[in-house]
Amino acid sequence: MRLTEAVACGTPGWRARPVRAPWEQRIVQLEEALTLDPTAPGADTMAGCDNVPRPPVSRRRVLQTAAAIGVTAVVGPLAERFVQLADAAEPHPVADMSAAPAGPTRRWAMVIDLRRCDGCGQCTDACQANHYLRPEQTWLKVYELTDASGNTYFMPRPCMQCENPPCVRVCPVGASFQTDEGVVLVDQTKCIGCRMCMAACPYEARYFNWADPQPVPRLPTAPSPEFPAPQQKGTVGKCIFCVHQTRYGKLPFCVEGCPMGAIYIGDLNEDVAANGVGESVRLSTFLKDNDAIRFKEELGTRPRVYYIAGHGQDLGY
Amino acid sequence: MDTPTGSAEARARAIRSAAVRPILAPGRFYWPAVLGLGALVLLAVAAYGYQVVSGLWVAGYSDRAFWGVYEADLVAFIGVSYGGALVSAILRVTNARWRAPLTRIAETTALVSLLVGASFAIVHVGRPERLWEIVAFGNLSSPIVWDFYAVLTYLVATVIFLYLPLIADAAILRTEPGPTSSGLRRHLYRLLALGWTGSTAQRRRLESAIGLIAILIIPLAISVHSVLSYAFSMTTRAGWHSTIFGPYFVVGAIYSGVALVIVVVAALRRAYRLELFITPRHLVLLGRLMVALALGYLYFTFSETLTGAYSGTTEDLSIVTTLLAGPYAPLFWLFVVAGVIVPIALVAVPGRRALERVVAAAVLAVVGMWLKRLLIVLPSATSPLVGQDWGSFQFTWVPIVITLGATAAIPLGLLVLFRFIPILAIDEMEHLMGSEAPAAETPKKEAEAWLAEPG
Repeated sequence: MRLTEAVACGTPGWRARPVRAPWEQRIVQLEEALTLDPTAPGADTMAGCDNVPRPPVSRRRVLQTAAAIGVTAVVGPLAERFVQLADAAEPHPVADMSAAPAGPTRRWAMVIDLRRCDGCGQCTDACQANHYLRPEQTWLKVYELTDASGNTYFMPRPCMQCENPPCVRVCPVGASFQTDEGVVLVDQTKCIGCRMCMAACPYEARYFNWADPQPVPRLPTAPSPEFPAPQQKGTVGKCIFCVHQTRYGKLPFCVEGCPMGAIYIGDLNEDVAANGVGESVRLSTFLKDNDAIRFKEELGTRPRVYYIAGHGQDLGY
Repeated sequence: MDTPTGSAEARARAIRSAAVRPILAPGRFYWPAVLGLGALVLLAVAAYGYQVVSGLWVAGYSDRAFWGVYEADLVAFIGVSYGGALVSAILRVTNARWRAPLTRIAETTALVSLLVGASFAIVHVGRPERLWEIVAFGNLSSPIVWDFYAVLTYLVATVIFLYLPLIADAAILRTEPGPTSSGLRRHLYRLLALGWTGSTAQRRRLESAIGLIAILIIPLAISVHSVLSYAFSMTTRAGWHSTIFGPYFVVGAIYSGVALVIVVVAALRRAYRLELFITPRHLVLLGRLMVALALGYLYFTFSETLTGAYSGTTEDLSIVTTLLAGPYAPLFWLFVVAGVIVPIALVAVPGRRALERVVAAAVLAVVGMWLKRLLIVLPSATSPLVGQDWGSFQFTWVPIVITLGATAAIPLGLLVLFRFIPILAIDEMEHLMGSEAPAAETPKKEAEAWLAEPG
């Protein structure tokens, strides 16, 4: 059973504990509180998981209803956030992914158009604010680099979500793992803090919790690999491609936070990608037409992050 | 003092009384030394407690300096343990008879320094309480898991290697009248002796077992230090990703290890008045072995540096430049001169006061090799993989106190252990030296024969 299905079914997934995150449980409770009968006629079931019927009402509508009747106060700020995002995400093609059947999984990919990046750093800010990271924990870091002709340019670096991830290979306890959607996550309840993954990562994309994590306001969820907030002292954290967002058809915080529309999130299966300013592209064509490259291709890590170079940049292709 | 040049009986008496002196009457400096070293160890434990509560940042780490002093300590302390095992194993395998007064000290040093070194695995991780997961969820493709099993196997072998020759000694102490065979110790020796009677059949079995473990511990030790290097060389970082890292670490471990054996043997020889059995000649011969290894290590260092510099790829060159002419240059050249060249010169140049020069060379080698491990860890752990900015490891008092405490733990462990086990391998010495020339001259002849026909 795939991870996403396992999550949807509430059955044990990558660990011997129910993987249905508490925030999802809240949603289910909410659905129940709104007396949506899951066994009512018309309730569809998901492939490979018939023990938990799906309510015939979309989550977005549930949440909007919840907000409308003031349950928000009970569910906490995250639900509020869902409502906002649900509205904000309305015009985006990716938003409709939530309605897509759960059959073949996503293969998440990111495209970063360096021609558009002006180094404002709002992507980093959005990421840090929403994941409650310390200022030095730049899961998405914008480097200021110099090209061959001496001009500076900016290069945002998230986790490359390598298809052949060196960090996962060297983790002694399997705390770093790769989902079948191609996202590398860290189970911070398992990580022993040896930093072997930091040594193995060729992109400096992993960040350790050297001290107590950033304080986190009351969240409706316990930390999980898919939403590791608050971070755990003595363990490693990293960019998670906002799987807690993309699962529900929401944009990752950095994509949403980029005012230039330089960062696209997409799905190689659906062959579509979208940025935070409402543009969507056919992924394969977009990559091909713009001579997209991957960072340090020669290392054989097969990143899922593509760069579109501007002028004179050496990204090692 | 008895002289070992008399009858075989008198020699046996002299050996026994010297071997049990640390057990019976460790001297008036014993308790001050134990308390002083113990205080240093306790300080280190307190510093570690502070680190656990505050987080690893107090030890100077950051995301751009994710490994540092503790990783160098881990390699250095496990490295020095190889010296004890190797000195004893090689001398046993080659049947060098002058080894007899050295083996017990060497094997005990190997065990104590290995325990200290392995404990840095606990100090270095962010979540020490989860280390059991390496056994429960071990990912066999991880070099850390290889490290764990290699060190564990080596630890078991080191314990066996120390224990087997101890069986006959425990039997001797079990029957010896006097305070060594009273109370707790009597029980201990009876347990350790395993019903040893000294019969020919028992002796044959014990000797073949010792022979086997002496042979086995050599590849085991090689595997431990190779695998320790793999934690670095399996990454793609310049300066670490190198095919010579396995043998490089092995030779470095033996070099520093033989040096530590020299320091420990010289100190205990003085402290427990073993001059009759351990002669300057013993130390000079160990010094020559150390010089051979120093030359080997110098060769590896040269080879690595030239390869990194010559091809001139940006990342390799930046590591080499940092070491040879950059921020790490003073430490690097300090290592080359004081950690390798001066020790070689001190031992190799003939002249007076050979003993003092060998010991000075060994002290320099031990400290120099610790420094070298730091120089292996830091540049590659702080070098930029994206952009140009180097990270920097901030030296704080925490790792310094912990490293000093770990250093103090080795003599402390030896002092405590030699209250229970004889400092000389009594049985072995009686058999190897009992009916032959006086002990003080045996080593020279034997050793020269051994050096003339190695293997």
